[in-house]
Amino acid sequence: MNTETMSVARMRRRPGLQLGLYGTLLPPLVWMTLLYFVPIALLLIYSFWRLESFEIVQTFSLDNFKTIASNAAYRRVLVRTVAIALGVTVIDAAIALPLGYFITRHGGRYRQLLTLLVILPLWSSYLVRVFAWKIILGYNGVINTVLLSLGILTTPSQAFLYNSFAVTLTFVHVWLPFMILPVITAFEQLPTSLLEASADLNARPWTTFRRIILPLVMPGVLAGSINVFALTMGDFITPSLVGGASDIMLGNVIASQFGVSYNWPLGAAFALVVMAIVFSGLAIVLRRGALETL
Amino acid sequence: MTPAVRPRQPPRPWLLGSIAVLIYGFLNAPIAVLVIMSFNDSAILSLPFRGVTLDWYWTTFGDTAIQASLLNSLKVAAAATLGATTLGLLAAFAVYRYSFFGKTSFRIALNLPILLPGIVTGVAMLAYFSQLGLGLSLGTVMVGHVIFGLPVAFGPILARLSQFPRSLEEAAYDLGARPGQVYRGVIFPYIRSAVIAGALLAFTLSFDEVVVTLFLTGRENTLPMEIWSRLRTDITPEIAAVATLVLAASTLLVLMSQWIAHTDEVV
Repeated sequence: MNTETMSVARMRRRPGLQLGLYGTLLPPLVWMTLLYFVPIALLLIYSFWRLESFEIVQTFSLDNFKTIASNAAYRRVLVRTVAIALGVTVIDAAIALPLGYFITRHGGRYRQLLTLLVILPLWSSYLVRVFAWKIILGYNGVINTVLLSLGILTTPSQAFLYNSFAVTLTFVHVWLPFMILPVITAFEQLPTSLLEASADLNARPWTTFRRIILPLVMPGVLAGSINVFALTMGDFITPSLVGGASDIMLGNVIASQFGVSYNWPLGAAFALVVMAIVFSGLAIVLRRGALETL
Repeated sequence: MTPAVRPRQPPRPWLLGSIAVLIYGFLNAPIAVLVIMSFNDSAILSLPFRGVTLDWYWTTFGDTAIQASLLNSLKVAAAATLGATTLGLLAAFAVYRYSFFGKTSFRIALNLPILLPGIVTGVAMLAYFSQLGLGLSLGTVMVGHVIFGLPVAFGPILARLSQFPRSLEEAAYDLGARPGQVYRGVIFPYIRSAVIAGALLAFTLSFDEVVVTLFLTGRENTLPMEIWSRLRTDITPEIAAVATLVLAASTLLVLMSQWIAHTDEVV
């Protein structure tokens, strides 16, 4: 571009520059600050307050965090939530990788349709999708009916529902599209020539997968992982519908502290713990260079 | 004669193909179960299957509580989509066009509502509104939905804007167009399908949102709240019929938007 047109363009735009910046930046910034960042800061402050005889005492204390650290039941809920969230993330990644590969390499002209079929479950109600697993796993459920008719079971089994297996399975199902979509995007950017070169150099498929494919689609897997991990960390719908009494997660504890138990400061402290765990996951993902897909 | 070293053939697709079929089965089987159960001639939402009936659909169409909550959901989703898309578009413009202090932090901060679990947003805003002495209503639900809708709309719009050829805009200015004309005539047509995609995603997420809504709603229920209260008390196949209708409506909506995006590419 020659300098003359540049200066003309700049001259035309300069008076509006500041106005344009403030006009576009301020509305979203003010909205998010007043209605999201300030509430999050308030939640932080709440977690240092405490409840005394149903009154919130607005003085600084670490009581809530001491309660969480010293109470064995709370610690178990914490460990269980992180373990389930990590497990669900790994299983979803393991499912998404072969499917992403299949759709992008062998999908051909059905690629769009195949991607659409991944999103399809998201268009029915989330609550009802969770509930569907109750119909499948329950005492009079689909699995029991099939096993009875095949003669494998003589009486319906209660082993499928209201346990951590049902919780994990349901999470894996409801969050799977959030893993598959970024993985498909990552596979779409994978150059075919690299795979051909690897095959020409006589690498075994497994070697090609480990040394070529996996490192290149990793940003997509990481982006999907942080989605799935965060969604699982905060959920309380699934454990309360398909989990047993001993399967409650951090989300259930927060919901109950802000609901029936009515201890908002303790609930805020639990929310802060969830935030801290998700942020550490995010930090790991960002360090691995998944910022571009954000 | 066989050569000593043969280039390896890519792995045969049939194995991958059968894995893919299994995964699609896993993804869509629960949905299929729901659709089938919505026709079940039984008083409870469970097997055994007692025969085909359309009664649950007629019950749904005559159910005033479902209708009222559906109307509320549509209101909330429409308002949230409008707010989220407008603010997301402005934010995407600011990031694309200008350089300012803390731009990277601004981008990450805007994404926080979808990076952090919904329950954090829900309880934080509940505590805030209660501190301000504001009563909960559909209005507070809308505000909450704009918060997580904003990054949802912002993402695709910014991605499309970063592909916009700056020279087109400069050409328009050189030809004497005013900023408003440049935006309407040059930039917006380029990003239109991304704006529609972002808005549609924000609408879908708002329409189906449970967790934030649960904390921010007053007396009036949205459709997911109505379903949530019924899932814990009286469970009839009517819920499956409602879910099937929602699925059909959203499939139609998405196909329509795909069609719009398609005609966009042709033009």
